[in-house]
Amino acid sequence: MQTLTNRAKPVDRRPMTVLEKLYLPAIAKGMGITLKHFFKKKVTIQYPEEKRPFSPVFRGLHILNRDEEGRERCTACGLCAVACPAEAITMEAAERMEGEENLYREEKYAAKYEINMLRCIFCGLCEEACPKDAIYLSETFAPANFKREGFIYGKNDLLIPDPKKEPEQYQKALGSRVKKS
Amino acid sequence: MSITQILFWFLTVMAIGSALMVITSRNPVYSVLFLIATFFAISGHYILLNAQFLAIVNLIVYAGAIMVLFLFVIMLMNLNTETEPQKNKWLKFAGTIAGGCLLLVMVAALRDADTKTTTALMKEGDIGLVQNLGKTLFKEYVVPFEISSVLFLSAMVGAVVLGKKD
Amino acid sequence: MINLAIDLAFILEKLVLIAVIIVISLLVALYTTFGERKVAGYIQDRYGPNRAGPGGIFQPFADGIKLFMKEDVIPSSSNRFLFILGPGIAMTMAMLTSAVIPWGNEITIAGRTISLQIADINIGILYVFGVVSMGVYGIMIGGWASNNKFSLLAALRGASQMISYELAMGLSIIALLMLTGSLSLKTIVDQQSTGWWNFFYQPLGFLIFLICAFAECNRTPFDLPEAESELNQGYHQEYSSMKLGFYLFAEYVNMFISSALMSTLYFGGYDIPFVNDASMGQSIGTNWLAVLQAVSLFAKVGFFLFFFMWVRWTIPRFRYDQLMKLGWKGLIPLALFNMVITGLIVLIKENGWPF
Repeated sequence: MQTLTNRAKPVDRRPMTVLEKLYLPAIAKGMGITLKHFFKKKVTIQYPEEKRPFSPVFRGLHILNRDEEGRERCTACGLCAVACPAEAITMEAAERMEGEENLYREEKYAAKYEINMLRCIFCGLCEEACPKDAIYLSETFAPANFKREGFIYGKNDLLIPDPKKEPEQYQKALGSRVKKS
Repeated sequence: MSITQILFWFLTVMAIGSALMVITSRNPVYSVLFLIATFFAISGHYILLNAQFLAIVNLIVYAGAIMVLFLFVIMLMNLNTETEPQKNKWLKFAGTIAGGCLLLVMVAALRDADTKTTTALMKEGDIGLVQNLGKTLFKEYVVPFEISSVLFLSAMVGAVVLGKKD
Repeated sequence: MINLAIDLAFILEKLVLIAVIIVISLLVALYTTFGERKVAGYIQDRYGPNRAGPGGIFQPFADGIKLFMKEDVIPSSSNRFLFILGPGIAMTMAMLTSAVIPWGNEITIAGRTISLQIADINIGILYVFGVVSMGVYGIMIGGWASNNKFSLLAALRGASQMISYELAMGLSIIALLMLTGSLSLKTIVDQQSTGWWNFFYQPLGFLIFLICAFAECNRTPFDLPEAESELNQGYHQEYSSMKLGFYLFAEYVNMFISSALMSTLYFGGYDIPFVNDASMGQSIGTNWLAVLQAVSLFAKVGFFLFFFMWVRWTIPRFRYDQLMKLGWKGLIPLALFNMVITGLIVLIKENGWPF
């Protein structure tokens, strides 16, 4: 039969010799292999102290963005909710009142914005659908929780810190990816 | 009362008590366990006689090997009171007579033992030590010893033959 | 009138010695569990437990506390008394063996010479065999009392395995005893500290003893009583809390004792290699010599413990028929052959070349 890779080896079906039947050389060989591994460099990453770098295309928890003046970008158009294949996003729109210009960028804003992290599949389609650059997927992932309700993230969980009031935390929340672009 | 005597009485009570429990306990597994306890007590007596070799061989062979096999069989058979066969009344009668005869023989045999009293060797005696025992076995009693080993061999062959039969 | 004629100092000395040795063997067993997990980790390219204390050094205590805190379940259909007796026997029998192993030479404290051996009885090795053969009962009683067919099968397996390998072990020891001419472990060590170690006279015997020691301790590759793919958890299926802990712990104590026994019988015991112990004792004093000797013994024991673990994480488990075949058709004839050859050589050495 024509082999595909020429790497196939026929199985050796000869009866074992006396030395092979003793098994001791084979056992010694195996012990040698395990001993070699004993001194090898360990592949473990000690998690809380050491963290693996994320890939540049990693899609983690969502974040609701603000503009440079600290106003929320989201206008509650609902495109993200439509785009979401898992139907994880719900929102309620509200009209911007007089005197709230420093809070919301557009005249309409999301009064309630919830993402169910148990439903979310972190596909990033909401990010692509958003016309206002209001939603991004960050480099963190959802922490464990004791209750299912804990995985429904509201607006205060999702909003990025205000760049004016808390600039340090804002920079931290931006992560390494934004800086590069 | 020295410590040897205390140990002697303790071991004696233990040996007789557990020997009685062997025949009176309802559960066969308990019987085997009490039999093991009896062997332990007897081994203790051997140690008091400074026959360490005998004591430990008693433990290894009887308590360690044979009793394990007993336990094996009993555990696998899963004996309990429900599966116990109804005993014939006549069988009990015959058992009593046989036991009585055995008692008579024992009494007759032990009656003379009193005349040649020699106090049991306590601590000092060295008959039970390996060297002396080995020398006695292989010099004075070499023929009976070898014959008994041939007996064992034939028993083993017999067991193999029975096992092969299916 | 009870008049107890007992040397109180003697009893006190022995009690202290027993306590020390039991504490040491428990501690060693405790840390063997930790070492096992560490070795397993390192062999599998990971670190093993390293969170409790620096380098995970308190891990065994954490494990112990966890075992103690767990709910202690006694199955309602089990035989209560025997169910509790089983782990007790396993643990006691594992501890008893340490009585005859010489842990070092004599030390002198306040003018009293104390031998670092609980009992130098003249049948040392046989005592070890006797106690080891008792160890089967812990497994058998526990397995039967659980009233669970898997436990029972595992117990029967364990018992038959131990009985089978005891034979080969005994036969391999007989060849050694022909050379030493004594059953006392102390004498055997003394002979080795002046001459060569017994390993060089009895390599085949040592190999057989080693394999049988693995089987007696129910260690991989012979851990059939715990073959979880066939018997769920094995004979301790129904056990929980510290009763389970006792079974697991007894295994490690057994490992420690058999390592000590192997070092004593074949690797010179407390003899310090490449050093003349007697002359060294004169230069640094007998007490320091005894300490060094104990350290030397523990180094050997440590190596064997590591070897036990190394094998466990290398070799897969035997099948039951393979186990029996190896024991009865492999090791016993080999041990008999070794015995005959040794006997022949001893005979020739004693009588000169007769031909």
